[in-house]
Amino acid sequence: MSDHNQIQDEATEDAGTPEVLALPLDAWHRAHGARMVEFAGYHMPIQFEGIMAEHSWTREQAGLFDVSHMGQLSLTLDDGSDYVQDEGAEAPTAKPMTAEEVAEVAKALEALVPGDIVGLKAGRMRYSMFLNEEGGILDDLMITNSGTSIDIVVNGAVKWEDIGHLREYLPDNIVLNHKDDFGLLALQGPKAATALARLLPDAATMVFMEYRSLNWQGHALGVSRSGYTGEDGFEISIPTDVLEEFADALLAMDEVKPIGLGARDSLRLEAGLPLYGHDLDEVTTPIEADLGFAIAKRRREEGGFLGDDVVLGQYANGAARKRVGLRVDGKLPVREGAPLFDGDQEVGTVTSGGFAPSVGAPIAMAYVAAPYADLGTALTAEVRGKRIAVTTAPIPFVPHKYVRKTGA
Amino acid sequence: MARYFTEEHEWLDVDGDTVTVGITDFAQGQLGDIVFVELPAVGLDLTQGGDAAVVESVKAASDIYAPVDGTVSEANDALDADPALANSDPEGEGWFFRMSLGDASQLGGLMDAAAYKNFCDNL
Repeated sequence: MSDHNQIQDEATEDAGTPEVLALPLDAWHRAHGARMVEFAGYHMPIQFEGIMAEHSWTREQAGLFDVSHMGQLSLTLDDGSDYVQDEGAEAPTAKPMTAEEVAEVAKALEALVPGDIVGLKAGRMRYSMFLNEEGGILDDLMITNSGTSIDIVVNGAVKWEDIGHLREYLPDNIVLNHKDDFGLLALQGPKAATALARLLPDAATMVFMEYRSLNWQGHALGVSRSGYTGEDGFEISIPTDVLEEFADALLAMDEVKPIGLGARDSLRLEAGLPLYGHDLDEVTTPIEADLGFAIAKRRREEGGFLGDDVVLGQYANGAARKRVGLRVDGKLPVREGAPLFDGDQEVGTVTSGGFAPSVGAPIAMAYVAAPYADLGTALTAEVRGKRIAVTTAPIPFVPHKYVRKTGA
Repeated sequence: MARYFTEEHEWLDVDGDTVTVGITDFAQGQLGDIVFVELPAVGLDLTQGGDAAVVESVKAASDIYAPVDGTVSEANDALDADPALANSDPEGEGWFFRMSLGDASQLGGLMDAAAYKNFCDNL
């Protein structure tokens, strides 16, 4: 028995390599029965009771994910004054910005991303990407206007590169704070709002892609109604010193179980959400990745971001290849790296694939040459020398359940 | 009938010159939820240590190797309809395939149940 592809290329059985970092909740995961693997430079839980059970639990109840490996960054403005934080503060806190200062930082950040950040209102977040000069995606990320800072959550695997990229390109008067003294938990699923509201009553009145700073036992938690599963849910930034206490408070609820990386991957695949390093990389543009929605109208007209020539050219004229969803005939999973054919002609490659528990069949994401990207195109995938029938299909595979309005 | 185990976490029952092969309970636990088992075709000649089957779990595809030399005589069709049998009853109804015993001397290099348990305990 030997694996020839793990759930992620970079996920390997945990050999206890010393340079691999421990998450703040490492012992907590192990105590709750996690099987740990190395991912993004951390020992991370790939599963607790099993991927299928955890996947279904998240679709039906509320799953608790530890995503503290992700990079939590905060941008503020150095206005030249000597800002002194509160005496006795546990960790450095950035000086809160005025709305005008937030707009100045947002404007500077727009040089690196194709989204409308200046137009991002206080208390709102938006999906975006860092691009290189060729329009390739360096990372995909979430940008939040907290009201007093511009916050960015980036992928753990490339967070150090992202920090270097920001430091290289942002003006010197912008202060980049890596909030490595905060953990990040995601609570996802139809019972997430009910569960979280027991600890943070205001959370229930938030809507999708809204951000608030909410008080829990005297600690300011950064809460957004967002996630990576397609379900309603929240992502909660929590000071490391109370992270375990908060996780325990959630896990004590009947609706909540801990969920590992394995189900996170199958959930996001069903939701049609790309995974950086697999479905997105530095030689793939947002247009090829079918992420044109993240390029704001004003930015299309004005440009002014790294890679704008390439990206806006493709926006107008189309790209030579495109990310698509695939439905797979039969039960054999078609995984990352499988070539796609039209007859004998190779026309694309699978970038993510596997068994989709909520669909009850294998599904995949792939890049195909533009003429083959129309929905319903019949192709074949090659798996171990066999040709498997696949059909380009709409994504998401499982409908998103985002809460865009609340009755409260 | 004697049961042997490999370091690749397969079990084999030897009954005369017929060998039944499957994966161990330890193996299924490591693999997690099994969603597909690709079994060898009847008549295929296998070589000890060579590829014999592929197990697809939710998280990964894993190779299953031939524990001895021989020719495939039967594949467990029940796994086509219900791949999860390899999780629920790996050392019984979830067997993978049957093959001939091409070289009985190869059995001498395999483990018995006690040795295999010791092997797993030390992983």
